[in-house]
Amino acid sequence: MIPLNYYLLFAAFLFSVGVVGVLIRRNAIIVFMCIELMLNSVNLTFIAFSAFMGNAIGQMFVFFVMTVAAAEAAVGLAIIIALFRNKKTINIDQINLLKW
Amino acid sequence: MTFEEIVFWSLVLVSGFAALMVVISRSPIASALYLILNFFCLAGLYLTLNAQFIAVVHIIVYAGAIMVLFLFVIMLLNLQDETKLRERMNWKSFAAIALSILFLIELFYIFIIKTPTPKIPIHPSSKEIGTVEYLGKILFTEFLFPFELTSILLIAAIIGAVVLAKKKFELTD
Repeated sequence: MIPLNYYLLFAAFLFSVGVVGVLIRRNAIIVFMCIELMLNSVNLTFIAFSAFMGNAIGQMFVFFVMTVAAAEAAVGLAIIIALFRNKKTINIDQINLLKW
Repeated sequence: MTFEEIVFWSLVLVSGFAALMVVISRSPIASALYLILNFFCLAGLYLTLNAQFIAVVHIIVYAGAIMVLFLFVIMLLNLQDETKLRERMNWKSFAAIALSILFLIELFYIFIIKTPTPKIPIHPSSKEIGTVEYLGKILFTEFLFPFELTSILLIAAIIGAVVLAKKKFELTD
């Protein structure tokens, strides 16, 4: 029997790996992938709680999170392509249009 | 070790390794492929939690749709590999890693010490909850309004992606 704690701790680990990736990588696409990693760790938490409580609302929430993730990936990658067309780079150190 | 535990720990090990490799590996293609491996392991973990429908949808949407989109963009942009991660590490990166480890320790502290979860097995009704039949029923009754709203979200995303990818922006440096 696997206790609920193990799932939560593993999700916390995945989330932290995602945070490290967002903070140290400079390639915009990999930053994006790390955001997906973080979204997935939260999904795992939702499903673990849903299974251990016997409640379906957690799984419904995961369903909507997936929808949002798909929409976000489509728009985000379009933005990356538009940026690359203009700046010829997706290194986030050189994309500083909004920097104050 | 029971069979259940062997499955759980092997999935956790492979998934954690894949997640680390997403961050560490130099080429974006390798990162994307490791991310797909991570998604498959996560789908396995969902199966150990009796969430069959979510596991299948997860593979279809993430590994099937989103990651293909990522791979397409990586190939379209034809990027060079980043320079070695170790050479670009400055004090900011180390501060970021230290803060993330601190964050992880905080989460562990919360989960282990502050909120001791009772050692209960998975709820018996979760077997029936994970099925398409049950989830479909509440998706089209209780959650009908959010479900319809996602259609607006998706159409906005489609239109946004098309407009952004088509238009030529004039940027001045």
